[in-house]
Amino acid sequence: MTVAHTASNSGEPSGQRTASLTVENVTVTYPNGNTALRDASFNLGPGTICALVGVNGSGKSTLFKAIMGFLTPQAGSVRIAGLPARDALKKNLVAYVPQSEDVDWNFPVLVEDVVMMGRYGHMGFLRHPSTTDHEKVTDALTRVGMTDYRNRQIGELSGGQKKRVFLARALAQEGRIILLDEPFTGVDVKTESAIVGLMRELRDAGHLMLVSTHNLGSVPDFCDQVVLMDKTVLAAGPTEETFTQANLELTFGGVLRHFRLEGSALHDDEDTRGVTVLTDDERPVVFYGHQQNETAPVRPKSDTDNSNDQDGEK
Amino acid sequence: MNELLVPFAYEYMVKAMWVSALVGAVCAFLSAYLMLKGWSLMGDALAHAIVPGVSGAYLLGLPYAAGAFIAGLLASAGMFFIRQQSRLREDAIIGLVFTTFFAAGLLMVSLNPTSVNVQTIILGNILGISDSDAWQVIIISVISLAILIVKWKDLMLVFFDEAYAQTVGLNPTWLKILFFTLLSACTVAALQTVGACLVIALVVTPGATAYLLTDRFERLLMISVAFGTITSFVGAYLSYFVDGATGGVIVTLQTILFLVAFLFAPKHGLYASRRQARLVTADGGEPVALKEPTV
Ligand SMILES: Nc1ncnc2c1ncn2[C@@H]1O[C@H](COP(=O)(O)OP(=O)(O)O)[C@@H](O)[C@H]1O
Ligand SMILES: [Mg+2]
Repeated sequence: MTVAHTASNSGEPSGQRTASLTVENVTVTYPNGNTALRDASFNLGPGTICALVGVNGSGKSTLFKAIMGFLTPQAGSVRIAGLPARDALKKNLVAYVPQSEDVDWNFPVLVEDVVMMGRYGHMGFLRHPSTTDHEKVTDALTRVGMTDYRNRQIGELSGGQKKRVFLARALAQEGRIILLDEPFTGVDVKTESAIVGLMRELRDAGHLMLVSTHNLGSVPDFCDQVVLMDKTVLAAGPTEETFTQANLELTFGGVLRHFRLEGSALHDDEDTRGVTVLTDDERPVVFYGHQQNETAPVRPKSDTDNSNDQDGEK
Repeated sequence: MNELLVPFAYEYMVKAMWVSALVGAVCAFLSAYLMLKGWSLMGDALAHAIVPGVSGAYLLGLPYAAGAFIAGLLASAGMFFIRQQSRLREDAIIGLVFTTFFAAGLLMVSLNPTSVNVQTIILGNILGISDSDAWQVIIISVISLAILIVKWKDLMLVFFDEAYAQTVGLNPTWLKILFFTLLSACTVAALQTVGACLVIALVVTPGATAYLLTDRFERLLMISVAFGTITSFVGAYLSYFVDGATGGVIVTLQTILFLVAFLFAPKHGLYASRRQARLVTADGGEPVALKEPTV
């Protein structure tokens, strides 16, 4: 098992080193006896976006809930910013964006009420919002472009809008560590890139984000770390080293759709490398060559600094 | 005109109206939460599960409220425990626990026929409530209301998103225990006004009605509580004229108002939805709510 220590990005703002996350040998068994997570370990530092990749049922949501202390691990420990999870939560260090299935969309709350929930940890005993709280809610709604919808009941939104509301709640909370459970599922490409843009801004501000996703193709695009899961952590570390064809095949077993096109079928030149396309159910990931160590995964065309160097490689 | 003021001339009627109103208010407060989780039947289960506690208390010469409350807590704990430890669904668990307790209660009553009037428990008897019982009900209701007024937002967060409640430093387990303790206590109080059979109405109808009228939890609470208070007060008042059966009158009133809301609620009522559906098909367009904004 690979346990990677983040080589934190250079130029990281000082005084914001607090955002770190250590998961050590965590085992979670549900009351019905189902062990959803066994001996999971990894380690992340500030200024990081880390992808959490695995098939459905591989324990991604379970891991999030264990990090938040909502599920108590049978073994192992979680430390957030060097503190036990409970203390870190009291300090409002952790914000959480739940997967859509975990939200009751018929609940009688408006968009702004949900975002205001992000401020509860900052409020007093009676949870009476201050002027600052109202301002932060408005700011958060503006950042995700949802101000026009603040008086909507949450069930009356599209998939992408729903995600943005919960993202705004995390922003309003101002947690240094943000856990996002499948924020791209059921979201159009435009909203996805808006969310990714926001996450990049947060990374540059020193936040630590752990994001579960099925969009394998966009992982190399915006994630600097990857944790691969199947009821345990199979591999964890920097994207270039960890997000390899071999590791992905290990993670997904036979579940992935797998296409392979040989070099000669692709182009008429000396380049004999074939192309391997791996896809879970959303954006595919593309590898050149036969073996994972031959090249890193190809980044999507949308990434401007990368659109031309495919030919230049090797 | 004077005839309408007659109930206010009797001390027992005035007491019945105010106590009913108070109980109606707390139950309505709780109903707003129960409905959201599909836990409404829990109120019914508790009301029946309390019966052995009441008869046990009479048997031992304890205040009935103490016995009822203990039985209620045991029943909630039982349901919670089975939920955690088994794969059974909520409805099966509620049914199991509720019938077990109720059967035990009936057995105890039948073995000690003189100890307690079953009819009082099942149908309630607010018009004949003794002063000491009335005080028990008042104390339970006032304390519960006070706790709810302080904790309503924390409870809302736990009901909406437990995992998130944890991340902002709340303790969902504690708050749920608090909620079910309050529910048990208020069921005991409601037993006096409407009886075990109709407690379920007090902890369902006000919340369900308010849910049709607003999309905002704070307002839902206010509407629900106002609704529960007024219907209970007026119901007790009207029961003077129809002679008895306070519980029946209160619940009938609540049902009538629920039907009105069901038909005419501005947004979620039957007519409103029909009208909207017609508008949309006439336009040939999508309802506004579904349009995607620019990012
Ligand atoms: N409340 C629960 N009780 C029992 N088993 C559960 C519960 N929630 C999830 N599981 C099981 O744990 C495993 C991991 O689930 P989950 O963490 O939701 O996976 P993912 O988010 O990766 O799809 C699955 O096998 C699932 O059935
Ligand atoms: Mg999940």
